[in-house]
Amino acid sequence: MAELGGDGGGKKKKGGKVRAKKGSTRIDMTPMVDLAFLLLTFFVMTTTLNKPQTMEITMPEKPKPGDEMPEINEKNVMTVVLADDNKVYWYMGITEPVAEKADYSAEGIRKILLQKKAELPKLVVLIKAMDESKYKNMVDIMDEMNISSMQRFALVDITDTDVQLVKEAQAL
Amino acid sequence: MARIAPPIDMTPMVDLAFLLVTFFMLTATAIPDEPVTVDTPSSVSEIKLPENNVMTITIDKDSRVFFNVDGQFTRAELLGKIGERYGIAFTENETKTFAIISSVGVPIGSLKQFLALNPEQRKSITQPGIPSDSAQNELADWVLQARLSNPRLRIAIKGDRDANYGTIKKVIDTMIDRKVNRFNLITNMEKGS
Repeated sequence: MAELGGDGGGKKKKGGKVRAKKGSTRIDMTPMVDLAFLLLTFFVMTTTLNKPQTMEITMPEKPKPGDEMPEINEKNVMTVVLADDNKVYWYMGITEPVAEKADYSAEGIRKILLQKKAELPKLVVLIKAMDESKYKNMVDIMDEMNISSMQRFALVDITDTDVQLVKEAQAL
Repeated sequence: MARIAPPIDMTPMVDLAFLLVTFFMLTATAIPDEPVTVDTPSSVSEIKLPENNVMTITIDKDSRVFFNVDGQFTRAELLGKIGERYGIAFTENETKTFAIISSVGVPIGSLKQFLALNPEQRKSITQPGIPSDSAQNELADWVLQARLSNPRLRIAIKGDRDANYGTIKKVIDTMIDRKVNRFNLITNMEKGS
């Protein structure tokens, strides 16, 4: 009430009475809880829980002039061409190869890779991607390498011969 | 007979709620606004991208190339170095702006105008992408200068699943030319299977 002090001692008793009347100190926490949960919901919603996955690849250095190239038997070489029609074409060796068509499913190229790997323990896979093929295709084939735990594979530039072979296979 | 609900002590619940709020506030990292949405291909790989010291090269489905690097100090230093290389003097304000924005996809020549825009305008304009042809390879300079600014950088390539491999190859070749042989391809989780 309007007690501003200096009123003399007479009122002291009354002040004591007021103190005695004080109710409980409990406050209604509901609005605070509402706010707390609102903030909680907001942060839960905005937090990005899943960090992006990555695929680590290490590319070989550019060969310096004078570097010796390791020689490999052409029988052990499998070439995989990623074509522009979301399909993959593959052939063995380099003498008169005939490209065969496969797709990116588990029944497609994965089966062939596993089969070839079982036949030839020293298999080397050359991945050649056409410029018009999609990035997805490249990631898919790298994935297949991972799944079939291929030890030796390389991402190399495509040649005209490969394009020609794919064209022939596509025409069939 | 009307029964009066017994009072419930809410204090523990409030404690818990605030604890969680604090936790999420501290761990939250704001989702950076990217100039393009990129739909990354899925893979079975389960390696996580490190949280900091990452340089991201984004390639969208129209084969535009964007460059991003984290760390404000790295960015400020990088802009200075790029300016030196191309003979453009960036003001302190421009450096500050560059330090806080995310990906850029404009040629270095028009970087000054790009930085002069306000955030809304910057979001609305279509960025042409960083030139990465062999004739004028600005991406190579970005990569080189960024690595000089922060040698611990890891390089991540974030390509759209429908981006042409030709563009990806150009970017990868640029890296190999600069003796960067190790990089990460950002993918997302394989769905199903």
